[in-house]
Amino acid sequence: MEASLLPAALELVSGGGAGLSPEKRAVLGSSLLLLQRDYRFERVWFWGCIQGVCGAYYIAEGLGPDRAAPRSRLYSLNCVEWSLLPPVTEEMVMQAGRLKGRFQGDPSFEYEYTERNAEDAERLFEDGKEPVIKEEARLVATIEQIDRAVGIIPRGAFVKTPLGSVSENRNFEGLSLTEAKRLSSYFHFTEPVNLKNKTLLEKADLDPSTDFLDSLEHDIPQGSWTVQLEKGGTVVVLRSLLWLGLTFYHVPMTKQYGYIYFGNGEKNLDLPFML
Amino acid sequence: ERGHGPYQPHEPGYGLYQPGYSPYDDQIPDPKSRTLAIRNAKAYLLKSSTTSGLNLYDHLANMLTKILDEQPTNAVDIIENISKDVKWAHFQKKMDTLRDEHEILPTFEAAEKRKALFLKANEEGDEELEEEIGETPLPNVMETAFYFEQAGIGLSKDESYHIFLALKKLISVQPIQTCRFWGKILGLEMNYIIAEVQYHEGEEEEETEEEAVTEDGGKGVGEVEDEEEEKEKEDEPPKSTYKPPPVIPKEENGTGANKYVYFVCNEPGKPWVKLPPVTPAQIVCARKIKKFFTGRLDAPVVSFPPFPGNEANYLRAQIARISAGTQISPIGFYQFAEEEDEEEEVEGGRDTYEENPDFQPLSVAEMVDSLSAWVHNVQSILKQGRCVWLNPLQKTEEEEENEEEEKAEEPDELPQELQQEIGPPLLTPLSEDEGIQNIPAWTAQPSTSLIPQYAVAVLQSNRWPGAYAFASGKKFDNIYFGWGHKYSPENHAPALPPPVQAEYPSGPEITETRDPTVEEELAFKAAREEALAAAEEEEDEEGAEEDEEEDD
Repeated sequence: MEASLLPAALELVSGGGAGLSPEKRAVLGSSLLLLQRDYRFERVWFWGCIQGVCGAYYIAEGLGPDRAAPRSRLYSLNCVEWSLLPPVTEEMVMQAGRLKGRFQGDPSFEYEYTERNAEDAERLFEDGKEPVIKEEARLVATIEQIDRAVGIIPRGAFVKTPLGSVSENRNFEGLSLTEAKRLSSYFHFTEPVNLKNKTLLEKADLDPSTDFLDSLEHDIPQGSWTVQLEKGGTVVVLRSLLWLGLTFYHVPMTKQYGYIYFGNGEKNLDLPFML
Repeated sequence: ERGHGPYQPHEPGYGLYQPGYSPYDDQIPDPKSRTLAIRNAKAYLLKSSTTSGLNLYDHLANMLTKILDEQPTNAVDIIENISKDVKWAHFQKKMDTLRDEHEILPTFEAAEKRKALFLKANEEGDEELEEEIGETPLPNVMETAFYFEQAGIGLSKDESYHIFLALKKLISVQPIQTCRFWGKILGLEMNYIIAEVQYHEGEEEEETEEEAVTEDGGKGVGEVEDEEEEKEKEDEPPKSTYKPPPVIPKEENGTGANKYVYFVCNEPGKPWVKLPPVTPAQIVCARKIKKFFTGRLDAPVVSFPPFPGNEANYLRAQIARISAGTQISPIGFYQFAEEEDEEEEVEGGRDTYEENPDFQPLSVAEMVDSLSAWVHNVQSILKQGRCVWLNPLQKTEEEEENEEEEKAEEPDELPQELQQEIGPPLLTPLSEDEGIQNIPAWTAQPSTSLIPQYAVAVLQSNRWPGAYAFASGKKFDNIYFGWGHKYSPENHAPALPPPVQAEYPSGPEITETRDPTVEEELAFKAAREEALAAAEEEEDEEGAEEDEEEDD
């Protein structure tokens, strides 16, 4: 969520019980501003916190002029000193997908492979040493997977200019209460996958400046989002069941929205059994 | 003789050399034409659209007025949106003769309920105030929330305060001795806020009586049926010899897994609902399934193995498991009462404790460093589903009589000898907790490393993610915020259905063999005919006599 809105937003997402201590809140106010200065970001988003066994990673993302471009990600162990994470590659995502278990809390921790298949065996012969994956790479891959799978925005919050870049929609006044309860009013803020598969009839109703992303309606499995009204019905909170810990909030008829992740960093693969 | 003096407007060539006039003005000699052109243009702009009834002139005027009033930055970039907004606004103000009924949003009702929490009941006079100042079962939720907040755990202050008031309402309604905010469990449609409560002695005997009545009634009906069946035994198909495994009785209210009573509500302001006591069968089944809570207590739990109960029972079972696994206190805070004889408690272990008046709190650094500074203060649940082991094969006198009659029919069933299950005793330190794979069962951290003098020791459970505990000096508490499931690094594998039962016991009397094939049958037939032919030749003489006899 937007760094400048952090204090108010933390109050709204605390329904799940996870949040930040006053110390962290106080330091984030200044350290995120300094990040913006040092890295020349246009926007800084506080992405959330991944709990490891011994410590926690606090993640921030920085955005440039095109909001849909790949974002720079930074992590910190204490919210004071931030380090830039390497950009993500498909190989990292694939390797990290095979790891199971909790994060340790130490970025230089090395995981050992438990499964071997033919490809790994070949690589072994080439390099002469065992393939290991560092926790840092796992962290990057996990953040990328979470953003890709469950990073969401309300419909109309971003517009695509004719030149192709994406920017915030200054005319966005918020969703109405009925719209906010429907899953089709929220989009994944990532490269669209299903958009091309829509029928021509459906595409005719879309507005190409605001409807250029996938909506949540067709997420598999169905029911992997919970939509609740909290605080007496004034805040709409969406929680993802696929990545437990991701919380999205929006106050209807206002511009306040954002998502944040507080969790283990593990995908909930038991989801089909639990619904 | 006037030279090329100042040209008058009506003269041709007037505009050619004057500043501010284009050279082409010359081509419209008649100024009236310009006004005519302007008027035509204006008439065109004023033409109402056939579809919407608006006209462009008014619309442009409104738009420009709006822009000049609001003066947005970079107006040219958002001009289309401004135009759309103006058009939209045009349709909003309809002067209807009917006044719109004020929309009653559901948010208003919810706000009403929350406001009701804050109203002081009128009947409470000054007498009640004295009681409250003294010992009150109401826990100081805000104080606990403050300590947890130091570690970044907890709900927003608003919500905590609402829960505080909701608990106060609960206490005023029910006869409660101790009360604690247990935590919050998230669900699909709604969430649960849970309060852990202990009644005053002798206050909650209502439900047990109802259950005893139904049991007696059931036994009476069973006896009558037996007599009828004995008469018709020969005509009935064979009775099933299946005997379900004995049902393990649940623990008494006030002991073991049912030591505390739990009340839940979906939101502060809604009425509190009491959860039924938990039975061992429910706990055993809850260990095998993993389902999300929907938020409605009467929702069915569809799972395999089938859960005996609805969501209220499943919730209660999970609460019991979480409490047994994660309710902890600093060592020394609770101690066993010294008056009990040690000879009595062999089977169950001690299950009561009292506060230690001489408790000396350890420093925060010590609480964080070693896990043996913490102990469990809730009995763990055995595999059977109870805290105190019970042998289900112990029969009462009535059951033994029935068994003697039926024993003849059950040569196969042997009562298995069950081993007594023993769990860790109460007040075991956390260092005995086994971790999962290579992760310890608990993660301990101080709330802040910058100000160690006022830090709070915080423990997070790794086996039940969402269970937290804090300790600071003499204060400590436990809480749970989460989805209500245990952590397992392996994926959940649901139980497989049991193997297909045998229809009948396979023995020398009845065995199953394959049907003979056509070739085998023909071969058998041929062989038999040969044998018959051979026998007939021998018995031809005797056979003729027999035939004559049979003909008679």
